[in-house]
Amino acid sequence: MSTAPQRMDRIPDMSVNIAGIHMRNPVMVASGTFGYGPEYADLVPLESLGAIVVKGIHMRPWEGNSTPRIVEVAGGLVNAIGLQNPGAEKFIDEIMPFLRRHDVPVIVNIWGRTVAEYEEVAERFDGVAGVSGLEVNISCPNIKEGGIAFGTNVKSASEVIGRVRAKTRLPLIPKLSPNVTDIGIFARAAEDAGADAVSLINTLPAMVIDIEKRTPVLANVVGGLSGPAIHPVAVKLVWEAAKAVRIPVIGMGGIAAPRDAIEFLVAGASAVAVGTANFTDPGTAATVVAGIADYLVSHGMKSVRELTGSLRLGN
Amino acid sequence: MEIEQASILRHQPCGGAYRELVLNAPAIAASVRPGQFLHLRIPRFEQAVLRRPFSVFRAEGEHISILYKTVGAGTMALTGVREGEVVNVMGPLGNGFPSSSPGSLPVLVAGGYGVAPLYLLARRMDMAGIIFIGAATSDDVLCVEDFAAFGWQIEIATEDGSRGARGLVTGPLDAWLASRRCPEQPEIFACGPDGMLRAVGERAIKAGHRAWLSMDRHMGCGVGACLGCVQRLKKADGSAYWGRVCRDGPVFDASQIVWNNG
Ligand SMILES: Cc1cc2nc3c(=O)[nH]c(=O)nc-3n(C[C@H](O)[C@H](O)[C@H](O)COP(=O)(O)OP(=O)(O)OC[C@H]3O[C@@H](n4cnc5c(N)ncnc54)[C@H](O)[C@@H]3O)c2cc1C
Ligand SMILES: Cc1cc2nc3c(=O)[nH]c(=O)nc-3n(C[C@H](O)[C@H](O)[C@H](O)COP(=O)(O)O)c2cc1C
Ligand code: FES
Repeated sequence: MSTAPQRMDRIPDMSVNIAGIHMRNPVMVASGTFGYGPEYADLVPLESLGAIVVKGIHMRPWEGNSTPRIVEVAGGLVNAIGLQNPGAEKFIDEIMPFLRRHDVPVIVNIWGRTVAEYEEVAERFDGVAGVSGLEVNISCPNIKEGGIAFGTNVKSASEVIGRVRAKTRLPLIPKLSPNVTDIGIFARAAEDAGADAVSLINTLPAMVIDIEKRTPVLANVVGGLSGPAIHPVAVKLVWEAAKAVRIPVIGMGGIAAPRDAIEFLVAGASAVAVGTANFTDPGTAATVVAGIADYLVSHGMKSVRELTGSLRLGN
Repeated sequence: MEIEQASILRHQPCGGAYRELVLNAPAIAASVRPGQFLHLRIPRFEQAVLRRPFSVFRAEGEHISILYKTVGAGTMALTGVREGEVVNVMGPLGNGFPSSSPGSLPVLVAGGYGVAPLYLLARRMDMAGIIFIGAATSDDVLCVEDFAAFGWQIEIATEDGSRGARGLVTGPLDAWLASRRCPEQPEIFACGPDGMLRAVGERAIKAGHRAWLSMDRHMGCGVGACLGCVQRLKKADGSAYWGRVCRDGPVFDASQIVWNNG
């Protein structure tokens, strides 16, 4: 044999298939941290990403919260954007044509304030060209009306997922809340209700106080914590969720470097998403992809899929 | 929009809590317009997840600089970086100031470090106008010699009266607006704290002058992705919406801005 195939052997297979969505690598960008795609397109080749998960979309335009909406804290960021978005129609008309020009899977993150609103927006995206899957946000800490209220009660979580399932043929990825006692129960409920994968974690409920004024820093009073501070919490929850289900798990929370992503994969995730670190360095996803590939080579693995769930317990 | 690993050519005090940081950033230097800003990853402050935004102050050849004030942990860490070190810089970001309308007289109003983008604006204008510089105290009055060298008329106000008129910059501005005899229509360009921008904007609207205000908001991404930096604005039809200060701004027409989140 020539030397070429040998070299090929050394380039690990980074591709994954999540819920029927083929990705050239397992590193996606997390909802709300990468806009809708065009915002970072000058700096990040979109084709280099495993998938783009767009900012949460509702059936109708939504204003979100008042300001201030973000505040930096040790190891991360607390945000209370409040799911501001232009609504499904404007997104489909004005942004989907841009995304369709790029060879990258697009996962649309959807939310509603009632089960009927979740059904409505899921149904609207069914059959929209260029949409590869739906991530169902049942875990946003920043709107009173819905979001986390669905994600922290097993019965309503199952109901939303089941009802959305009936409205779309697209791969369905419920996004789980970290704010529960037993994540395994929620992951299994999602699987039973027809989910094709689950993603976690969303931000952790948090609050920051200005001690001079003795007022909350955020207009919404409370928000969600993201960034490196939440990474070990997320790894533990991903590990528990992955043990509870057979569908793929997408791990996120505080990824800033390759080792953070590798931890999620070892804990049982089949793919990962970079969130807050996009703000720090828009090149983070690319660095993570390269770092995982290097790790596979140096650990004698041929495919990133070998890494998923490879955690060794005991001695 | 680029990300450059910019080496520090000079880093010097400019009086008071201000410093100028001069960077070698050819791609950004070549394309920057006045009023645009940079998003810096502050060296030795890598524990922070957010970058820090700074207006471009000077841009010549392959060099750009910022003029910054130490106000918190990030700017404090920045004071410690040395010549030869490298800074990760994103930019140029934002819309920048429009070019001045033909036949108008440029009137600049600067509060504190707000003078930074106005310096670049004046540098690139082919006519001289008048600049009002407002500050807390004389240490915060910057760039007077630069504007004088361009032939600009300069009016200064400090809150403690240590230099120029005592009080807010709107004092000398009001006096000038009331007594001016020039035939040209004033066009206002302002950068500074919200209170100053609001006062300047309200005066401009009342007098029927155009005013462009550059806003300062805490920023996340800097590119329009996170919706963290938004400002309430109104459309021509009167309806309100959230504009992104980082991408749709930081410069807005005063008549568009809804203060107090409307
Ligand atoms: C477009 C633009 C251009 C700018 N140009 C310049 C410039 O040319 N020169 C210059 O010196 N500065 C400029 N700034 C301001 C500069 O970005 C800040 O001073 C800097 O980010 C402060 O960082 P820090 O870490 O030192 O302070 P921080 O510790 O981040 O904050 C400083 C102060 O703000 C408070 N604060 C923190 N978060 C929030 C929040 N979410 N809401 C309200 N208050 C908060 C803190 O409590 C603290 O008192 C510009 C800002 C913008 C948006
Ligand atoms: C500014 C901001 C906006 C977000 N918006 C959304 C959203 O619209 N929908 C959603 O499901 N998650 C949203 N998230 C949560 C992220 O997708 C991610 O789950 C979380 O930030 C944890 O990852 P990280 O620590 O890498 O940021 C948002 C996070 C941030 C920081
Ligand atoms: S800073 Fe993120 S949208 Fe402006």
